[in-house]
Amino acid sequence: MINHIYQLVSPGVFSIEYASTDLADKVILRPRFMALCHADQRYFLGQRSQDVLRKKLPMALIHECCGRVLQDPTGTFAPGARVVAIPNSPQSPDPIISENYRRDSRFLSSGYDGFMREYIDLPADRLVSCDGVPDHIAAITEFVSVTVQAARRFDRLAHARRDRVGIWGDGSMAFVLACTLRSLFPQIELHVVGKNARKLSMFSFVGATHFADDLPQGFSVDHAFECAGGEGSYYAIDDIIRTIEPQGAVILLGVSENKVAINTRDVLEKGLTLAGSSRSGREDFVEAIRLMGDPAVQNRLNRIISIDDPVCQMGDIERVFRTDLNTPFKTVFEWRM
Amino acid sequence: MIFGAILAGGTGSRMNIADMPKQFLPLGDKPIILHTLEKFLLCDRMDRVYVGVHPDWVGHMQDLLERQVPQKERVTLVPGGGDRNSTIFNIVDKIEADWGQSDDHLIVTHDAVRPFVTLRILEENIEAARAFGACDTVVSAVDTIVVSENGETISQIPDRRLMYQGQTPQSFRISLLKKLYQSLDEEEKAILTDACKICVVRQTPVRLVEGDVSNLKITTVSDYKIAQAMVGGQVVD
Repeated sequence: MINHIYQLVSPGVFSIEYASTDLADKVILRPRFMALCHADQRYFLGQRSQDVLRKKLPMALIHECCGRVLQDPTGTFAPGARVVAIPNSPQSPDPIISENYRRDSRFLSSGYDGFMREYIDLPADRLVSCDGVPDHIAAITEFVSVTVQAARRFDRLAHARRDRVGIWGDGSMAFVLACTLRSLFPQIELHVVGKNARKLSMFSFVGATHFADDLPQGFSVDHAFECAGGEGSYYAIDDIIRTIEPQGAVILLGVSENKVAINTRDVLEKGLTLAGSSRSGREDFVEAIRLMGDPAVQNRLNRIISIDDPVCQMGDIERVFRTDLNTPFKTVFEWRM
Repeated sequence: MIFGAILAGGTGSRMNIADMPKQFLPLGDKPIILHTLEKFLLCDRMDRVYVGVHPDWVGHMQDLLERQVPQKERVTLVPGGGDRNSTIFNIVDKIEADWGQSDDHLIVTHDAVRPFVTLRILEENIEAARAFGACDTVVSAVDTIVVSENGETISQIPDRRLMYQGQTPQSFRISLLKKLYQSLDEEEKAILTDACKICVVRQTPVRLVEGDVSNLKITTVSDYKIAQAMVGGQVVD
């Protein structure tokens, strides 16, 4: 079968790659709904370094998607089964290092074609059933799974005093992380620290929200998550180090193109643990789908999803990227190419 | 029910590549017709796919199915007729022998040598045939179309904005197509080689479905070379 793969060839420019795809041993999936991520947007806008763009393009973008199974030679999924696709592709087993941190793991839409294709072919273990979750919400499963990965790292690293936990950032990642933490650790009082009043007002289910430049006198948290990313990373990490209690765990999720200076004197003095958390693996997807089966979680996630018009032709691909620049949280769209 | 009808009745005499009909030439790693067939089989709304093959090549096609098509139980081979419409009606006869007559039966007819067809085009054909009874896949004409009645001078130049180039699939409600075809006399049948034209001459509306420039028909050696270049394959000549 000749598959149509919609690749970004240079910032803002898409083209079609025709690839003869073997149907023998992989599950063939028809993408249904996709979601955009900041990482895709950085490629589209040419905000990665020239060196990275030269190495990685042409490449199909998008690593958040759900679809339905068309055929599965392994018999794991019935035709028509609704599934989400895992973009991380480990190349070898490792009992110690998680699949999303292994040096040889491949990530679709970072060096390998992402999901903007007519059909997706993947091994059966790279798909997870999403029954019980509506398509437009299932589309952001990968995003939710990244927060599950962060929550699991927190659970492994953070000491047992977990009364107050801070989340720095008021974007999509902070919102979905707050949802996940609320489900997994309902006893924790969550404090979200951000800058944008409208965005902060969406966090109605957390203990409290605060403006970063107006934290209450004596504000402190036992542990913290950094979800600011970009230029905001420096200020967020600095705030966290200043306000966190001794021996707290700091989980870093925000991506920054530039190196970030860190106040190591206070990290040492307080005995803090700084841990990075990035991407996710199969276990995180399975847990994400379990959490997303809860109507309350679906209701919360629905608030941050903007559904753009379906993508039916080449020009529509550029349109969704432009739309996404003007939506406050997640942009989701139906894929009809 | 929804039936695919892949038309591979021709012998490919225009290509001069050995004696093999063009639909059996390799494109990338497999014959052109298998790429086309796989697209139809992956369209889960397609209940069965019938392939009209020149009688001399049915055995060869059967071998390909056995060796390379996992879903071969959804495929039925039908000997092709003398022309395109005869092949379509051989398939229609076989469908009705297998599944009976019904006003709900739709047929999506497609050239075997258009392997770049997309799932979107197939699904929009099914929708249009269901809603309107007949549809044709077209792309807007890029070049100016010039009409010459004597082959030497221009008779007219139609407004390009009104011109489209026909591709396939062409899809129909089977009962409608049969009724129209049966209304033709032998002379008309000999002239009307295009199934949509049967509808047009009988004043039956045919809905347009947007095709794709990549949905090219591999008819000549240069088409074949372009198709091979598109999938990064080797040219056999």
